[in-house]
Amino acid sequence: MSHQGTVVPPHPWVPHRAMIRRFCAEIPDVSTLDIRLFDDAERSRFDCQPGQFNMLYVPGVGEAAISVSGPGLEPGDWAHTIRRAGAVTRELTRLPVGATIGLRGPYGRGWPCAAAMERDVLIIAGGIGLAPLRPLVRYFLSNPSAARCVRLLYGSRSPDHLLFAEEIDRWRALGLDVDITVDRASLGWQGNVGVVPMLVDRLHPLDPTRTEVYLCGPEVMMRYTTRALLQRGVEASHIWLSVERNMQCAVGLCGHCQLGPAFVCRDGPVFSYEHVAPLLYTEDL
Amino acid sequence: MTNRVTTTQETKATTDAVRLLPRDRLADLFHALTARGYQVIGPRVDQGAIIYDQLTSVEELPRGWTDEQGPGYYRLKRREDDDAFGYVVGPHSWKRYLFPPLVTLARIERDGEDWHIESQPESPVKRAFLGVRACELAAIAVQDRVFLSQAYVDPIYQARRESVCLIAANCTQAAATCFCTSMDTGPRCRSGFDLAITEIAAGYIVEVGSELGASLAADLPLRPASPEDQADGEAARARAVAQIERTLDTHDIRALLMNNLDHPQWDDVGQRCLSCTNCTMVCPTCFCCSVTEVGDLTEQHIERQRQWDSCFHPDFSYINGGQVRGQVRSRYRQWLTHKLATWIDQFDVSGCVGCGRCITWCPVGIDLTEEVAAIRGNPS
Repeated sequence: MSHQGTVVPPHPWVPHRAMIRRFCAEIPDVSTLDIRLFDDAERSRFDCQPGQFNMLYVPGVGEAAISVSGPGLEPGDWAHTIRRAGAVTRELTRLPVGATIGLRGPYGRGWPCAAAMERDVLIIAGGIGLAPLRPLVRYFLSNPSAARCVRLLYGSRSPDHLLFAEEIDRWRALGLDVDITVDRASLGWQGNVGVVPMLVDRLHPLDPTRTEVYLCGPEVMMRYTTRALLQRGVEASHIWLSVERNMQCAVGLCGHCQLGPAFVCRDGPVFSYEHVAPLLYTEDL
Repeated sequence: MTNRVTTTQETKATTDAVRLLPRDRLADLFHALTARGYQVIGPRVDQGAIIYDQLTSVEELPRGWTDEQGPGYYRLKRREDDDAFGYVVGPHSWKRYLFPPLVTLARIERDGEDWHIESQPESPVKRAFLGVRACELAAIAVQDRVFLSQAYVDPIYQARRESVCLIAANCTQAAATCFCTSMDTGPRCRSGFDLAITEIAAGYIVEVGSELGASLAADLPLRPASPEDQADGEAARARAVAQIERTLDTHDIRALLMNNLDHPQWDDVGQRCLSCTNCTMVCPTCFCCSVTEVGDLTEQHIERQRQWDSCFHPDFSYINGGQVRGQVRSRYRQWLTHKLATWIDQFDVSGCVGCGRCITWCPVGIDLTEEVAAIRGNPS
């Protein structure tokens, strides 16, 4: 052939083999899997930033985009907190520890940690939206100088649906301010009842000019939370949110996750609210 | 990008003495290609249309045929002469050979509870595209940006693209659906080819666009084109320009569309559009695709197959909880705004080359130039 010397790279859509090393049931329908790449070289290169995601693969079923919820218990393992929603996530959470799955990643632009320098950080999560924010909480706890102060606002459907409840207790013990609310209380619940924007409305004190917000949750929750934040005077350019779209290739080649000019997989999933708001709030874009 | 692609794209047609391949020697070009190991892909008549397929000889070219096109309309008609390239464009584009409609990305073999995955690069088949139009050269350049110039390169496209030889054919007529002059992509082939031909009564005026093209030309029985031949060539190319009636005003089109995302025209076109995906299948630049798992009965052997997808499929935008674009209006808006507006943000070029296929092959004759004009005429 006349085209020697051309190195055809491995296909960016082809997963690497990886092993499920640990399974942890979290709350109804949600589990955390610690996953480890088989290949030593791949594993030593592999490093996930807070807010990035991986494509997890089950042969014969398919792939799903799962955000990384932090390093796993063992070095080289990475935690993925998965809600059973479709065929792939159902199968992933049914496989035994030791099973081989596929993994590609990490992908996307995560949380801009440096934006928090000298600022009052608000981390706001709804439901399983806490999973991609967990690495960020841990980052601020282990880097106290990375922000002026940090507060977590977290809302879930019910007390039984509070994700990472034990870890949140540990975070509190380490000095993190945490406000929790549930949509529906159950017997014995003595905390807040209501939606997350209510927590924003009640925040005191709040200096909007020095507040940096990291937000992840259902789109409707993010919509009303940003509205509450803007009403409190927080600047749109200092609100960061993680957007969910149909991500298939994760490398900007398949077209599914487009949101206006953005490929959410490549240009996101974390966007500045200032930039993404006009797109997010155009109906059915 | 490799030398091969760069050479083709950057080399301008030489302005050496104009030369002519006599009409009865077209087979020599075919043989020059096959002698170099090229599989020749070119136009032929199939099921009432001119499509692109592997050719075994120049006898298969659609001699004496032309196409008549309009919104939702395509018919083959007999020509009065026996020109081989006397048509415009059909439902196929060269995309199907560079970005195949269906391709296997990886094979998985189960081994007890474990499994292994294998992804061999395709063994490159050298393909020569015979009869590439100017708008199609532009479309290939657009897909080069999509597949080769972003953070992640598509290795299947790359391998196929690097081994392709492009024999362009200048349009000598235009269809009623053509608007390449609005998109500044044609009808004259200016660059990006190895050889370009203009068909006239005496034969084929040949322009060289690359080293490969020069080497091919050296093997052909070319003679200097007479002043009459050259005038015929000019007239043939001018005829194509003169026949183009359709226009798309691209002035500030990105802002026009993105500032009118809630325009009532989207509701209007949403009432007419069948969401059938034809426009995206015939478009030479549309690149959306999806991967499916295809297993055998035992599920021991599984292939990950990539196939063309379309933003008009309801499930295209599916995320947990439903479809982002559940309405036809939203899907049409996604297609049109991507093609004409956000494509510019993403790839610094329009996604439309003005070939008119989406107009011709729309079963209800939706014409994107009219949709844009309606928004421009009454912006919200």
